[in-house]
Amino acid sequence: MDFSLNEEQSMLADSIARFIDTDYDFETRQKIVAGDRSLSENMWRTFAELGWTAVPFSEEDGGLGGGPIELMLMMEQFGRGLVVEPFLANIVLAGGVLRRVADSQQKARWMGPLIEGELQAALAFAEPQARFDLSDIATTAVREGDNYLLNGRKTMVLNGGAASLLVVPARTAGNQSEESGITLFAVPAESSGVTVAAYPTVDSLQAADIKLENVAIAEDCVLGTVDEGYATLCDVINEATLAVAAEAVGIMQTMHDKTVEYSKSRIQFGVPIGTFQALQHRMVDTMTECEQSRSLMYWCVMLNQAQDVSARRTVSALKYQVGTAGIKVAREAVQIHGGMGVTWELDIAHYFKRITAIDLMFGNADYHLDRFSDLPVNS
Amino acid sequence: MNIDLSKDELAFQEEVRQFFAEHYPEDIRRKRNEGITLSRDDMIRWQKLLNERGWFAVNWPVEYGGTGWTPVQKYIFANEMAAINAPPLVAFGVKMVAPIIYTYGSEDQKQRFLPDILASNVWWCQGYSEPGSGSDLASLKTRADRNGDHYIVNGTKTWTTLGQHADWIFCLVRTSSDVARRQEGISFLLIDMKTPGVSVRPIITIEGDHEVNEVHFEDVRVPVENLVGEEGKGWTYGKVLLQHERTNIAGVANSQYRLDRLKEKTAQAIHGGKPLLEDRNFVRKLSALEIELKALEFTELRTLASVAVGAAPGPESSLLKIRGTEVQQSLDALMMEAAGYYALPYIPAQYDLDFPDDNRIGFGTETSTSLRYFNNRKASIYGGSNEIQKNIIAKHVLGL
Ligand SMILES: Cc1cc2nc3c(=O)[nH]c(=O)nc-3n(C[C@H](O)[C@H](O)[C@H](O)COP(=O)(O)OP(=O)(O)OC[C@H]3O[C@@H](n4cnc5c(N)ncnc54)[C@H](O)[C@@H]3O)c2cc1C
Repeated sequence: MDFSLNEEQSMLADSIARFIDTDYDFETRQKIVAGDRSLSENMWRTFAELGWTAVPFSEEDGGLGGGPIELMLMMEQFGRGLVVEPFLANIVLAGGVLRRVADSQQKARWMGPLIEGELQAALAFAEPQARFDLSDIATTAVREGDNYLLNGRKTMVLNGGAASLLVVPARTAGNQSEESGITLFAVPAESSGVTVAAYPTVDSLQAADIKLENVAIAEDCVLGTVDEGYATLCDVINEATLAVAAEAVGIMQTMHDKTVEYSKSRIQFGVPIGTFQALQHRMVDTMTECEQSRSLMYWCVMLNQAQDVSARRTVSALKYQVGTAGIKVAREAVQIHGGMGVTWELDIAHYFKRITAIDLMFGNADYHLDRFSDLPVNS
Repeated sequence: MNIDLSKDELAFQEEVRQFFAEHYPEDIRRKRNEGITLSRDDMIRWQKLLNERGWFAVNWPVEYGGTGWTPVQKYIFANEMAAINAPPLVAFGVKMVAPIIYTYGSEDQKQRFLPDILASNVWWCQGYSEPGSGSDLASLKTRADRNGDHYIVNGTKTWTTLGQHADWIFCLVRTSSDVARRQEGISFLLIDMKTPGVSVRPIITIEGDHEVNEVHFEDVRVPVENLVGEEGKGWTYGKVLLQHERTNIAGVANSQYRLDRLKEKTAQAIHGGKPLLEDRNFVRKLSALEIELKALEFTELRTLASVAVGAAPGPESSLLKIRGTEVQQSLDALMMEAAGYYALPYIPAQYDLDFPDDNRIGFGTETSTSLRYFNNRKASIYGGSNEIQKNIIAKHVLGL
């Protein structure tokens, strides 16, 4: 058992941390959020140039062969910097599917450009009726000649507005909530019959609702095996869940730190508010929550790195933790900032919105507590 | 002890229902139910309508235009208002400054200000907090220096809710720093927002709305007759007002309304799925909240009953504020859970009147739940933060 990072891992974490401190301050982030296109395109190019978009891909695929540890290190920093760049959507979600099941031709067509930062992609895993159930897929794909015809609706497709490639799970067989019968399709966004309604999200990301009406997709756009896409989908979402949970740990820690700082400088009743025991105890509690969450995160990542049989269950434990303890830390941070905590101007409000959104992504705390309870210990 | 409403009370309830059924404007009902922001005019129109029936200044003494209702009648009225999802009244005039004016103001001030408040002709806002003085309000620095028959006001007030709509602002200002206790140098001043030297700057809150402001005063000349009561007594008056504000903030009837709607909504299945209300985790949380809210309702009723035989609400009102806002915020969170992914799209324009229906995201108003959730983190901060309320209870109720 060893908690230390190897040299490459330390370098990766340091380089992102430095980037955030020097090139991605809150002001820059807010400019991107306000719609400065060239700034955000530049950012993404930088991400690719620095090799971050290549981290999770294998070396033979042109990647850096990173695993859960690297993902955690990156996401924690992205959380700290409140990064809105579509790393999750492009690299973890869409890229996660491609890297697992795309054939060599498909990899050349989509994965190469994705790693280069030239292709924007999205994974349309959620449907309006499905809540957090990944197998609840009403979108259908019916074979017609050489093509599949896709029909259905997807919601909260992260990066869905910018993506030229949509990875779409659709039902080729079985009933609406059956695990078998789901197939993954690579759908070019400009295909006829695709309607994209893009919108910003409360946490300043971009997402879309997507309608598919008789979208004809060629057979060579099937990713992986027909009817057997569910397992891949689960693996990818599991990894994405770990990713956002690590991001949440970065957010919690930052909110806690900023709150302690603030409490030392904000004077009321002639003294810093941090001298009031009513607040001190609460900040001790939030510190404890941060430490506990970090511990769970390391446990989770180590077991996932080791591909342990219980890896998936540990992800649910971690997601539950950041959905409860994380939200608690965030609420305390806002409360202790007083009126300032609920202003658009201050970063605290935006950290708060992001961690709130993370709780809902890929299943909230209740959902993951259920999953943790239901999964056998060795599963 | 008896929980039944009397015959008269039932008749009163019927009368209120009848009136609302006939007079609640359809366009306002629609806006409220679809989460569309009300305009200044909507709010004023609704208040005027209530006033014409004599039901606007519920708590005022009858001589100034109040209702003279019993606590039970007030309770019935509040519930009926909530049941039609009526817009909340803009509290600053009718519930905040008016009680100060009819309690401590001069005869002249009563005649000048109360009728316009009653008729909603004048919009008031509250100028207490300052950038450096939030919880520690008594440290406030905005100065009002006497100069002949005027005060010259200089300073900055902040977090001024709906100040952008306001005609008048009531302020706590420092008229003297030469006093033993800093509270004794504070006075209660009424200021016309159109006076030269007053400027209003928006503050955008977490969900992106313009609801609060910073108000600057630069050499603003305010006639001395706008001082309420005695110079140096403003702190005492202001404290009374804050206690009114606190009971006001609990919002029990409104929480009950929202809880009922949430139950209704989650009982429905979406596209053949299982209704969320059948999810054990969810229903347990909803029930726990319902129980808490019922307790709060009766705590408020008990407070109202004792106010009816005594005087102004005391420090116990702090308890209502704390628990009332906690319940509101728990409800906000539960609504987010219920909305699921649809809590996340950020499309405030969807709640503009002319937003095209075809472009709507979500099944109903789910995308507004997050706006409300984020905005309402304020509830535990304003009106004296919940921490300050606990300090008040500890000191004045528990004697610690
Ligand atoms: C949306 C909104 C609307 C508002 N509307 C108005 C308005 O219309 N008019 C108006 O005058 N004001 C208004 N306020 C201001 C509000 O009353 C103040 O925000 C509030 O009093 C807290 O002050 P502060 O924000 O300066 O926080 P601070 O006083 O700086 O407090 C920061 C934190 O420290 C805690 N704290 C402070 N002192 C103590 C203590 N002794 N013990 C324990 N904890 C302590 C607080 O509880 C808080 O958590 C509004 C505020 C908001 C957010």
